[in-house]
Amino acid sequence: MAESPVKFRFIGKHRRAVEHKRFVVGQGHYAADIHLQGMLHVALVASPYASARIVSIDASAALAMPGVHAVLSGEELRLATDPMLPGVDAPQVTRLPLAVDVARYAGEWVVAVVAESRALAEDAAELVMVDYETLPHIVDPEAAMAEGAPLVHPAHGSNVIFKRKFVWGPVDEDFAKCDHQLSYRVRWARNSTVPIETFAVACDWNDSTGVLDVWASIQMPKFPDQVAKALRLPGNAVRVHFDVDVGGSYGLKRGLKHSVLVGYLARKLGRPVRLVEDRLENMRGGDMQGPDRQFDVTLGFQKDGTLRSMRMRAVDDIGAYSGRSPLQLGKPVGAIVGPYRIQSVEYEAIAVMTNKTPQEAVRGFGQAPTNYALETGIDKVARFLDMDRIELRRRNMIGKDEFPYLIPSGTHYDSGDYATVLGKALDAAPLVGIVAERDRLRAQGLLAGIGISTCLEPSGGNSSFEPLFNPKNETTTWMDSCLVRVDLSGSITALMGTSTSGQAHETMVSTVVAEILHREPDSIRVLHADSLNALPSNSPVGSRMAIMLGGAAAGAAKKIRDKLLRIAAHNLSVAFEDLVYEGGHVAVKQNPTSSMSWDALIEIAHRKFHKLPEGMEPGLQEKFVWEVPTGGQLPTEDGRVQMYPCHSFETHVVLTSIDPDTCKVTLRRYVCGHDCGVMISPDVVHGMTYGGIAHGIGASLMEKFAFSDEGQLLSGTFMDYLLPTSSEVPAITIVDHCTPSPLTEFGQKGSGEAGYLGSPAAIASAVNDALAPLGASIDYLPMTPQAIWLALGDAKKRAADATAD
Amino acid sequence: MSSKHSLQIRVNGVNYQREVEPRTTLVDFLRDELGLTGTHVGCEHGVCGACSVMLNDEPVRSCCMFAVQADGMTVTTVEGLAPERGSMSKIQDAFCEKHALQCGYCTPGMLIACHALVAETPHPSEAQVREAISGNLCRCTGYQQIVDAVMHATVAEGDHHG
Amino acid sequence: MKAAPFDYKRADSLAEALDVLAEHGGEAKLIAGGQSLVPMMAMRLARPAVLVDINRLASLKTVTTESGHVHMGACVRQRDVEHSAALCASLPLVQQALHWVGHQQTRNRGTVGGSLAYADPSAELPLACLVLGGTLHLEGQANGPRTVAAADFFLGPMFTAIGEDECLVAIDWPVWQGGRVASVFEETSIRHGDFAMASAACQLQLNNQGAVSAISFGLGGVGGAPLIFPDLAAQLIGQALTPSMAKDVAQAAAAQSEPGNDMHASAPYRRHLSAVLLERVLRQSATQAAA
Repeated sequence: MAESPVKFRFIGKHRRAVEHKRFVVGQGHYAADIHLQGMLHVALVASPYASARIVSIDASAALAMPGVHAVLSGEELRLATDPMLPGVDAPQVTRLPLAVDVARYAGEWVVAVVAESRALAEDAAELVMVDYETLPHIVDPEAAMAEGAPLVHPAHGSNVIFKRKFVWGPVDEDFAKCDHQLSYRVRWARNSTVPIETFAVACDWNDSTGVLDVWASIQMPKFPDQVAKALRLPGNAVRVHFDVDVGGSYGLKRGLKHSVLVGYLARKLGRPVRLVEDRLENMRGGDMQGPDRQFDVTLGFQKDGTLRSMRMRAVDDIGAYSGRSPLQLGKPVGAIVGPYRIQSVEYEAIAVMTNKTPQEAVRGFGQAPTNYALETGIDKVARFLDMDRIELRRRNMIGKDEFPYLIPSGTHYDSGDYATVLGKALDAAPLVGIVAERDRLRAQGLLAGIGISTCLEPSGGNSSFEPLFNPKNETTTWMDSCLVRVDLSGSITALMGTSTSGQAHETMVSTVVAEILHREPDSIRVLHADSLNALPSNSPVGSRMAIMLGGAAAGAAKKIRDKLLRIAAHNLSVAFEDLVYEGGHVAVKQNPTSSMSWDALIEIAHRKFHKLPEGMEPGLQEKFVWEVPTGGQLPTEDGRVQMYPCHSFETHVVLTSIDPDTCKVTLRRYVCGHDCGVMISPDVVHGMTYGGIAHGIGASLMEKFAFSDEGQLLSGTFMDYLLPTSSEVPAITIVDHCTPSPLTEFGQKGSGEAGYLGSPAAIASAVNDALAPLGASIDYLPMTPQAIWLALGDAKKRAADATAD
Repeated sequence: MSSKHSLQIRVNGVNYQREVEPRTTLVDFLRDELGLTGTHVGCEHGVCGACSVMLNDEPVRSCCMFAVQADGMTVTTVEGLAPERGSMSKIQDAFCEKHALQCGYCTPGMLIACHALVAETPHPSEAQVREAISGNLCRCTGYQQIVDAVMHATVAEGDHHG
Repeated sequence: MKAAPFDYKRADSLAEALDVLAEHGGEAKLIAGGQSLVPMMAMRLARPAVLVDINRLASLKTVTTESGHVHMGACVRQRDVEHSAALCASLPLVQQALHWVGHQQTRNRGTVGGSLAYADPSAELPLACLVLGGTLHLEGQANGPRTVAAADFFLGPMFTAIGEDECLVAIDWPVWQGGRVASVFEETSIRHGDFAMASAACQLQLNNQGAVSAISFGLGGVGGAPLIFPDLAAQLIGQALTPSMAKDVAQAAAAQSEPGNDMHASAPYRRHLSAVLLERVLRQSATQAAA
């Protein structure tokens, strides 16, 4: 159980999520459920080639089909809309919703067909004749960086869209003082969160009001602004309806190109238009694949296991276009040393373009691959020193009395107690039990191993990686907001300004407001504003909403509470400090019979101006807009910055067995120790942790967007891109710990990325522990049966060669 | 253009007669023609299970059949699982109690699979629950709380649930 | 992913279905469970002009036990076989194979005949049919009713002996009489329910001395069609099937396979896997039959 020193009324308690009431009876309101009178439907024509010049497009047969309203090419969009730009300084790497002049990846959308139904649009799409002239293509990121490689964006002059080497602290000196150093390479294969709902967007333009209404399955900061900008509309001409239920996103659903396309079509045709990606469009052309990384790491350490310094080079293949994807190399800077007291770090981050589907933000924004890379090294150091992997971690982990702890790259970790969380997880396994089980499995002839990972989960979001990676982009604001109002009847409504994709924000906000105002959480209604009447938000990214939206809701509710107290003070003729607020009623501390009820206070606020203190605004509505804690500073010259404010922590303890012949992995025991400070909604936090672990299982063992040498996506359906089912995800035990954050209202930290950030590292650790007795190891994901078979084969061959010598 | 076919179908206790194009799948018919948008489309190639409905009391993937094939049949969708308006089935209630969903997108199909299981096996083991939902993909929950919900809903009278 | 337009006919009789097939040549396709066909049509990889629905043909849904075999209509649902105690007893290998076929929801609609006619190289029912030496009953307007032995039926990936105007109407599954019969079906896929990377099936019978009196075994997923090894099997007749013989036979069989490569499994890995699985099913069936 979480241990929090403060007793809460509602926070931290089991509570049924309010959202569930509509979902379990099929009354969710997803973008594909939106029906608008006269709505038209879009289907896409995609490039079959990884790199090709678009010679000509003949849409005549398609346009002649009954029911077809328009066929749109990139050229028309190029003239009528502004291109989308990358998050780094590369103005020549532009992107439009449809390809212009050239197609840069197989699956890139070239032509959009609009018809009375999706089926008709697909029929017509087949009749569009596109003439291509293939061009040289490049799919290997290392080769893409070499001299003479075909350029994905010739105007940019290189396939490298971002490259920077950071040196934090005296790396060379520290290495010189080390007893040992150890180098290794790991490969994190391209995978993604692949929500079960694809991206869908419907737009409706109104000539009279000049407003474009947008309903989208969206999770994206600054989405309304970017849609408006691309469509050359003022910001207040785009109304994004954030009350659309989003069927899973986990970072991914940015859909800017989809929305610009559909918004443009809606205006052009004067009719509502909707695009629902089918699964093929989504996998290949939706631009929603994740990090695709190779890490080269060197760790410097002493013979007693003390880690001193690290060099890390991370090359990420971002595909043919860039949104915020290169920034996924930047966020991990905020936890680059993990939970360890590594003193200095050299970090080289390189984002490379190739002729592949573009990359998008994936849960953790680059932290999961980085944790995998670092934790792999910790295990290797332990093996090298013949030291227990747990002991090595304990020796190097930041202690609970060392917080706030400053890491070399400039971030302070706010609070934590890593050793205790690790201890709890080991006890829950229990370690003794799984060691015995491992030995028993080995005695049966199976390979078996235990995996450990201890990983940071930075939370709170903050876009400091933007100025870090692009000094021209001097931005430091990363705010969020909430409006709380109490109406004349005394019921409470809270308004949030962004979308929800399963995080139960309505539940979280009503719990927080209830906590402050002492009213029943289920009586508090939480609504999603639309972008024209929303207060500013930066959307649920970077595990930030418990902190930022929770903090804003608390802030607004506190203002309401204070106002009620001031009304009471005025009417009871006592000082503000002499009053106590309890259950929504206010009483004089020394004389409780002198009190005012909630109803009476509300009535005064709304109807009895003559009883309001001088200068007080009538009614009962308060907003709270605030900047991310610890935010507001630009990075230093050498790239040090406070990345995220709060730091959750997770440790995974995994027992796995491997069939030595089929090489199939079975997860036998899975324990996760988790500390995200005070949990506002424990059920929600646990749920996301289980789900994150499942994502991690997929990434470790079976998920991969594989490409042929010709740049063709080989895993573009669910038959080849393998998502874990209930048969592949084991029962999971979560044990909680609580080190509150000093930076937040209740001590809460964020945890939307929980589970995913530490599980691939732990599963890889377990597999390698199983393979080690045979002299085998595997340093790339996914660890499929074939990959493990190859690793075992390599080890046998090495052993044979060794005896032959 | 192919001619339309007459379709008689009973959905959630209501009889419908419609003219449909043969190529309209059962899931698209339910969603677009009958406005029952509770059943969801996730892959359209029979893998994810988001489109699961009960067809003559058996769970099937409604993206893998054409609506015309269901002529004369009975369908239950998620909208028809509650015993009456304003109430929920034991399993729906257990899903809420045990936080067996997050984004809700796989939930209708998951509920169909769970109802079908419990109709046949009133007190399933955890392994049986996992097997029954193994054809329904979820990206939010990691399945744990879904299994917990079904176990919670099906605990026998007199069992002690720790 | 919406299918291309087509005309739909629900056949009220087999004759009507065959008429349509004959009339439209290769442009008409039969649909039974649709679990493979409908996704293919959604992806527009299959685009018949006419779809003939045979789901309601009672004559294709019967199951009768004749002497020495079970005569099973092609439209019998997979789940009905899976849940039949009688068929579990007489066709244990088929039931074991069904455990691996897709998921419960697909088995509720999918038919036995549909899986055989679709003939995916890694599908389970074709392998079971080949190993058991089933007989496929076909009928078409041009040639009338005819039978094809399983060994002559599966010709390549997604390619069978079914003629353009023909319908698979029934399957005769041989039933092994007498005692000491055991069968084992094994496969390895990355996830439960996925296409097998390789599969192996064996049915054998031992005599009272513990020697093999009948045996048939095969591999799936390691060639264009499932494979059986009658020559290797013949060598085992009259012998005790020891673990080392199982290993040798499995290696020899695997060496004869020509598996393909895909992103999940290379040819060498599949060949390795097939030897592993075949050895297992041989050993396990020998052990079970002896018990």
